[in-house]
Order: sequence, then structure tokens, then C-alpha cells
Amino acid sequence: MKALRNYLDKIKPNFEEGGKLHMFQSVFDGVETFLFVPNSTSKSGVHIHDAVDSKRTMTMVIYALIPALLFGMYNTGYQHYLAIGQDPGFLMTFVYGLLAVLPKIVVSYGVGLGIEFVVAQWKKEEIQEGFLVSGILIPMIIPVDTPLWMIGVATAFAVVFAKEVFGGTGYNVFNVALVTRAFLFFAYPAAMSGDQVWVRTGDTFGIGVGQLVDGFSGATPLGQISVAGKEMIGSFHTVDILGQPLTQCDMFFGLIPGSIGETSTLAILLGAALLLFTRVASWKIMLSVFIGGLCTSGLFNLIGTTVPMNVSPVDQILLGGFAFGAVFMATDPVTAARTETGKYIYGFLIGAMAIIIRVLNPGYPEGMMLAILLMNIFAPLIDYYVVEANIKRRLKREVK
Amino acid sequence: MGLLSNKNKEVLASPLSKNNPVIVQMLGICSALAVTSKLEPSIVMGLSVVGVVAFANVIISLLRNTIPNRIRIIVQLVVVAALVTIVSEVLKAFAYDVNKQLSVFVGLIITNCILMGRLEAFALGNGPWESFLDGIGNGAGYAIILVIVGFFRELLGSGTLLGIQVIPDIFYEWGYVNNGLMILPPMALIVVAVIIWVHRSRNRELQEN
Repeated sequence: MKALRNYLDKIKPNFEEGGKLHMFQSVFDGVETFLFVPNSTSKSGVHIHDAVDSKRTMTMVIYALIPALLFGMYNTGYQHYLAIGQDPGFLMTFVYGLLAVLPKIVVSYGVGLGIEFVVAQWKKEEIQEGFLVSGILIPMIIPVDTPLWMIGVATAFAVVFAKEVFGGTGYNVFNVALVTRAFLFFAYPAAMSGDQVWVRTGDTFGIGVGQLVDGFSGATPLGQISVAGKEMIGSFHTVDILGQPLTQCDMFFGLIPGSIGETSTLAILLGAALLLFTRVASWKIMLSVFIGGLCTSGLFNLIGTTVPMNVSPVDQILLGGFAFGAVFMATDPVTAARTETGKYIYGFLIGAMAIIIRVLNPGYPEGMMLAILLMNIFAPLIDYYVVEANIKRRLKREVK
Repeated sequence: MGLLSNKNKEVLASPLSKNNPVIVQMLGICSALAVTSKLEPSIVMGLSVVGVVAFANVIISLLRNTIPNRIRIIVQLVVVAALVTIVSEVLKAFAYDVNKQLSVFVGLIITNCILMGRLEAFALGNGPWESFLDGIGNGAGYAIILVIVGFFRELLGSGTLLGIQVIPDIFYEWGYVNNGLMILPPMALIVVAVIIWVHRSRNRELQEN
């Protein structure tokens, strides 16, 4: 740690005014402030500084994502070896998933940070840290077989049109990672939905060669639910890729097909615990998303005329990206509602909308992405009315 | 005053860039989004609007001293509607396929804001020749944007131009996939936004503070 600090101090003069690498000043600054908390203090006014600046906050979110990411890697390998009917042991399973997921992370960070660095150099600003989290979220919310060039194109689109045009980190209206996913979803639907993309059936760098076993089907549980006909009410069961029925336990631990990071509710809850303990994410939003989802799916249970309506509330929040979205996407402090009452409304409506989209629209087996993006638009409106209501209440008190 | 005096050149040329009806005045956006998913309908729509604006301008300009002020909008609508009906019939007769692709949007040229805008702002106060040039200029300004948007949307969304495949098959074998979002209207809005972005960054005087 000391050696790193000394090295940074040694090369620092090169990047300062007049140094030969001055043009890369913002790159150096970005790396330095990422590695070490900057020790700059204010020259006037308030002198109290919190050590937790936005880079440290972002790093905390990344720590919180690690359980889900590691589990996602393992699950990628697990689903693959299940599909080809082999059992190479824990380590090989994980290595397979690691090799399948790693290129996606590299592409996502490479493209996103590349654009951020170029824009920062060009506008002579500090490099903003907003992409640290988005870059890891993007590979976790897409199917494992998404081609790398698509991820690159979508990431570039999202960083430019969802973030930079609004003014950069902290000014974006929409969650950047979800815009990436939405772009992929609408631009390349064949690579983002259906039964073929959720389980990698081919080999990865020569590892895991094998023939698919009979009876393999790559449909996710939500995919199965959305195509199940009315006549299957009562007899419908979600199954894994070999046709074995799934229990709620399987859904909770997450050895089911789905996007890379979203399947394990347990791993996501570990991350949520860290976020809540460090107070990085708002518990109000998380809680109200889950309540919104449970209430809405409970309501649909009462109607119960189709298979999606009959899915139990607990299944609904265990399956698909519901938990992932609630913990890591809805709580994004930039795009969520800011007022305390507003957070409850915002979260509840996300949960409710996600279930409504899942249940009522057979074209979208998963509704979390669209629900969060939709509520991103309404977050400022919710805040506006919460503030207005507060002003009215206080005025009334004044008049008496 | 010559037929192409400096003032008339200005009338003809300014709507192409500095005073473009779509990307500067933000008129006619709706049809620009609706018909541009392919290049061919974009071109036909652009030409139709050029014709309608030019001739509507001339007719209104000729009538401008006789139209009572209180009913001028109705007179303008009658003129425009007549011209649009002619264009629509011509398209049906000679380009039936394109006419079907454009569907209601040929008829909806009547409601295109560029038309009423030019009639009100220019033709009612200027002579027929200037009005004709103004109509051609504004129609062409609209058409250019439509063609640019249509070009990119068809190229990236379908891999074709004017219906002919231009992206080689080998790309598809390598894994290239057409961008389905380009075909959807939201992407037209973003393409128009990018054109505006490029245009404003080249013309600093258009930038708002």
C-alpha cells in the first residue's frame, strides 16, 4: 500500500501543469482518487469532511454485488454441465462460469470507462466514478450467451444517451445499466429473450465440450409461466432445465436458469445486508418494492384466471430479476425518489408495476426492468408532490 | 429585382440549414418519426411535402390580397387539402406500394405544421415567386432530414437501402444482427436528436444558453 502511494507520488509531477503527460491529467486523477481517499480540504467555509465520498460509496455497492456475481458464475457453469449431463466438480464448474462471464465484464468496463475517460479528457473535467457500478451491473443482468459486440454497442449507447447527454454522473434520469439492458432487449430480442439464451450450451475456450442431454429446455421459470395455457391452472409446475419440478428452496438458492447475477435471492440478500448495514441504499425503497410486489401478486391470486395470475407472491419475488432489481437497481440514489415519503411510493409502484407487467403482458415474461425505468421517469414528479403536500400542511398550521 | 437576387437565395437556402423547419424550428417531427423506417417512403414523403408546400405557398400568395383576414385559415386549409388530395391520388396511381407504406401520413400532410407555418408566416406577406422559393426551400429542408433519418434507420435496422441489401452476407455469418430498435419510432427521435446535436455543435449561434 505504501509502495503504491510512493509510486503515485513519484509519477504525479508528470501529470501536473507543464509535465509531459499533462494531457492525461484526468486519467491520473481518476486512478489516484479511486485508490486513495483524496486528502484535499476546503479552503473556506465548512471544514467537516466525510471520508465516504462517492467513490467509496460506489465501491461499497460493488462489494455488495460480489456474492451475486460469484454465485452467478458458478450457476452459469452449473446450468451448462447440467445441460450436457456431466459433473466435473465444484472447481471446474466455477472456472467455466468465470471464463464465460469475465469477457462480458471486460467489455462492459472497457467500453463504458473508455467513453468516460475520453469525455473527461475532452471536456477537461475530473473523471466521474458513476460507471464503476454500472459496469459491473451490466454483465449481471443479461443472459450468458449475449454476444460481446452487442454488449459493447449497448453500453456505448447507454453511456452516451442515458448519461453524458444529461450531464454525466449524478444527472442521469434513467438507470444506465437498465438502459443498456433495455437497448439490448428491444434492439436484439432474439439474443435477449426466448428459450435459447439463458443456458450456455456450447464450450467456453474449449472447456465443457459435450452433447446436450435429452429433454433439455432452456426456458426460465418466468418464461414457462408466461407461455402456460389456461388449461394448465392447478397442474402447472415450474421446472428446471431437465424437467424436474422446482421448489421454493431452489428458487431461493438460485440454481435456476436466468440472467447471470439475478438468480440467487440468497446471494442478493447478502449484498442487501451489506448495503443496509453501511446505509448506502435506502431500506425504505427496498422494503416497499417487496411489499408492492407481494400485494399485487396476492391480488392477482384472488382473481386467478390464468397461470401467471396464480403464481404465489413468494414465487414472484424469488423468480427473475425482482430481488436483484429491488436491491441494486431501484435503490440507485440518482434515479430514485429523494423525499422520504416519496421513497415508499416509488418503491411500492415499482413492485406493483413489475408484477402487473409480468402477469398481464405475455410479451414480457419479466417486468422488473420496464417497471424501474418507468418509475425513474416519475420519481421527480413524486418528489414534487411530496414537497408540495408538505408545504401545504405547514401553511395550514401557520394560518391557525 | 432578379429572379435569384441575394434575398431570394437566402429565402431558398436558409431553411436547408440555419432555419431548418425540422431540426431548428422543431416542426413536422411527428411525420418525420412515422415514415422514416425505410428510405424509400422517406424520399417520397419528402418530395410530396416539397410539392405541396411550394404550390400552396404560390396559390395563397396569389390570393393574399383577396382573402378576408377572418377566414384565411379556412381558405388555407382548402388549398392545402386540395393539393394533398392530388398528391395522394398521384401516389396511388403511380407508386401504390409506397402509398400503402405511407398510409395515413400522406393525408396528414394537411396537418403538418410546416405548411400552415409557411403559409401564415411567408406566403401571406410575399409575392408568388418568393413564396415558391420559400416553399421549395422549406420542403427541401424537411426532405433532407427525412432522407438522413431514413438512410440510417434502414441501413442499421434492416441492413438494406431502398430495399436492396447493402450489408454483405458475410457480416451476418460473423454474428452481426440488425438493430431492431432502429425500426421502432423511439430510435427515430434519437436519430433526429443526434442530427440536431451535430448541427448545433457546428452552428454556435443556434445554441441556447
